[in-house]
Amino acid sequence: MYISNTEQEKKEMLEKIGVSSFAEIISCVPREFLNPEVNLPKALSEIEISKRMRELSGKNRRILSFVGAGVYDRYTPAAMKAILSRGEFLTAYTPYQPEASQGILQTIYEYQSSMCALYEMDCSNASMYDGSTSFAEAVKACLRISGKKKILYSAGINPRYIETAKTYLAEDKQYIFEEIPLKDGITDIKSLSEKADGETACFLVSNPNYLGIIEDIESLNKAAKEKGILTVCSADPFALGALKTPGYCGFDFAVGEGQSLGLPMSYGGPYLGIFTCKKEHVRQMPGRICGMTKDKDGKRGFVLTLQAREQHIRRDKAASNICSNQALCALGAAIYCALLGPKGLKEACMINNSLAVKASIELSKIKGAKLKYSKPFFNEFVLDLPVRSLELRRKVSEKFSIDPGLDLGHLGKEFENSLLICLTENKNESDIENLKKAIEACI
Amino acid sequence: MNDIMKFDNELSIEKSRPSKRGLHFNCPACQTNIPASHLRKNEPKLPELSEFDAVRHFTRLSKYNFSVDTHFYPLGSCTMKYNPRINEEVSALEGFTSLHPMAMDENAQGTLEIIYDAQERLCRLCGMDDATLWPVAGAHGEYTGILLAKKYFSVRGEERDEIIVPDSAHGTNPATASMAGFKTVNLQSNAQGLLDLENLRKSLNPKTAVIMMTVPNTLGIFEKNIKAICDMAHQNGTLVYMDGANLNALIGIIKPGDFGIDMMHLNLHKTFSTPHGGGGPGAGGILVKKILSPYLPKPKVEKKDGKYFLSDDIPHSIGRIKAHFGNTQVLLRAYAYLLKHGPEEFAQIAENAILNANYVKASLEKIFPPYSSQYCMHECVLTPPEELLKNGIRTLDIAKRLLDYGFHAPTIYFPLIVHEAIMIEPTETESKETLDAFIAAMKKIKEEADKDPEILKNAPHTMPVKRLDEVLAARQPNIKW
Repeated sequence: MYISNTEQEKKEMLEKIGVSSFAEIISCVPREFLNPEVNLPKALSEIEISKRMRELSGKNRRILSFVGAGVYDRYTPAAMKAILSRGEFLTAYTPYQPEASQGILQTIYEYQSSMCALYEMDCSNASMYDGSTSFAEAVKACLRISGKKKILYSAGINPRYIETAKTYLAEDKQYIFEEIPLKDGITDIKSLSEKADGETACFLVSNPNYLGIIEDIESLNKAAKEKGILTVCSADPFALGALKTPGYCGFDFAVGEGQSLGLPMSYGGPYLGIFTCKKEHVRQMPGRICGMTKDKDGKRGFVLTLQAREQHIRRDKAASNICSNQALCALGAAIYCALLGPKGLKEACMINNSLAVKASIELSKIKGAKLKYSKPFFNEFVLDLPVRSLELRRKVSEKFSIDPGLDLGHLGKEFENSLLICLTENKNESDIENLKKAIEACI
Repeated sequence: MNDIMKFDNELSIEKSRPSKRGLHFNCPACQTNIPASHLRKNEPKLPELSEFDAVRHFTRLSKYNFSVDTHFYPLGSCTMKYNPRINEEVSALEGFTSLHPMAMDENAQGTLEIIYDAQERLCRLCGMDDATLWPVAGAHGEYTGILLAKKYFSVRGEERDEIIVPDSAHGTNPATASMAGFKTVNLQSNAQGLLDLENLRKSLNPKTAVIMMTVPNTLGIFEKNIKAICDMAHQNGTLVYMDGANLNALIGIIKPGDFGIDMMHLNLHKTFSTPHGGGGPGAGGILVKKILSPYLPKPKVEKKDGKYFLSDDIPHSIGRIKAHFGNTQVLLRAYAYLLKHGPEEFAQIAENAILNANYVKASLEKIFPPYSSQYCMHECVLTPPEELLKNGIRTLDIAKRLLDYGFHAPTIYFPLIVHEAIMIEPTETESKETLDAFIAAMKKIKEEADKDPEILKNAPHTMPVKRLDEVLAARQPNIKW
């Protein structure tokens, strides 16, 4: 238990309150609801907890994994871990009293600036839950701005992002989701031009796409803009250390999964939703925003700003119900950007890409294996195999303690034999060699 | 706060020097397949620092904050309790952190077992039947809960598009309702800050889908008619949602499921001690009664023959509320906290939280009149004395002056129904000694206000910055370098 009062102190407090027992204080609660039986095991000591949790963590198999698909096995710099564990950051809360939270506010400002720099966008908020919910909120913002109902999306977007967006729209039948198919692994720009019409609110695309391939986002944005529709690009912030940016290409909104900036995978979270937009849409941005200002003496300081969009002021008229979310993860991203800098990030991107290229060459040498697409990719690629990929994945995992990549059967029949294989800076050439041997032994 | 070091608010980008680097890699032979046309044209404007530069920069910034570890933080409705360090240690075990969210179930048995067991324990604590721990924040949980209700009625073929929200509710409640496409019906509280049954009866109609209740309410008062409210709602075919933000007052001594609520969200970062991180990450989670089970988000964690697995087989599910499972590392912390407490220990949490709040209230009520004279639960809502308000002193001034005394300010101007509200939640982990120091500071501030109100109006005096110009920030937004 983490309670500080002694029995003696409790007695003194009851006296001050003017009651003889605790029961008197809660006499407003109908007796029938008080002190029910709670069927829980008895408490463990700290030592027992430590042992139990170690035992449970051991039940997760530690294997060499080549699964990516939007969540990446990144190296977390030691300095980043150390700073994030500081109690002054860890145990503070949303900076409601800015004078007593200048440190956190400044880090949010630095985070926003770094995200704007990576995406080359005008504005970033302080964070969202994750890439998928950030994406869903961008779709909602487009619907609010345009007042239109049709949503065109590239088939290259992570299907879970589309599912999340649909859930976020509460299955409202008035909104129509229409898919733009892929051609040779990238979004079919001709189909986009045909399908975009006066009813269309927005066009959504992902870069790199779900299959790891780099999209021509500049041409896609241009084609969408010719039809006068809003555009959203979900881009991996890490990859933007090297790749052409949504801002440069003219997108209205750019979102992304910030886990890629050095945060652990931790089976789903906590991650970081990056949300950026053009200046003209800033008032449609959900979530918190930090701004620079001055104090009474003219000294520089930081506050949460543009709050008229938010739930605690607008209540049912707010842009979103989101309030505090992933501040510590955003701080992590800001630290990651500061540690790597523009050159380090670019170098890390090139390492990812080089290893993936190397792996794609090596693995295509496996008998019966073949790259599904010939287009340039970033750090993951689709490999077609002579066997069903789900079964292969199970076998390789069981026999060799290697997760060889994500089986793509959920994308349709033509993907039943496909694996999406991801390389990151945490892997090396001997890992690729081991993967190759393992797959060869299992087909 | 800044007495040990000179305040330095230089930005990392201002400390940047070309060619400095904090992290280096050994590059394999570079073999890229990315054509120049796909590469970015301009280098991103990120800081260039050495590792040491970065560590010193961020460590200094960490000093310019109040936090639970360093200061009493009685922020009402936020439950700023101590965050046990064992939670940090075990949640950071590599076996947990290195697990990919799309790992095969057989490779994720440890994490799945924890999620499953945490759901079960939370249901037992709250008297509910089923759970999902996907939502990553209270507001995310609320949204999930309201989508459950929407699905429930749509499957039943009922068209209900109104949600009743008391005027004392958190802002997220009405925002959530409208985000899910419902009309919000605002329900006025009575003079005691409680829900008026007669008023409720009038508001309930065949269109009412849900009533959203906060228990105890945001005034820190237990809705003594909660059972009658639930019954009345149910007779109307309406579901009752409970905002679990204030669960710390009930934990171990009252099960919300017993009153008849149909669903509730949990704020694991409040009641279950996970750190607030300067504004997240937290964890939401929704507990439901059986009738709402079929609609829970997918996939669900199930158990069969001693093995845990994710099941997509939920035909009426509201769908996916996030690409991957929730804030798992936060859940691990909450799980360690669940292990640390048995039934008796949980009851001690609520008891001490309530005791501490009433002690603060009793010690200050002669000077700062409480909104309600009855005993409070885990938090109390006070107001500034009339004579101070007449002298132009506002709650904001008191809050800022508290910072000078080394206390984070309580929640202020909330609930909205209380004029100049000061909402204090001490939590069970604070000692009487700390509360006494806080009480003394509040009394001292009242004295200062009587003698020299300017001290308050110009507060804070000892922070790295003086009072900040929020109007300027909004009029000329400067939100990036």
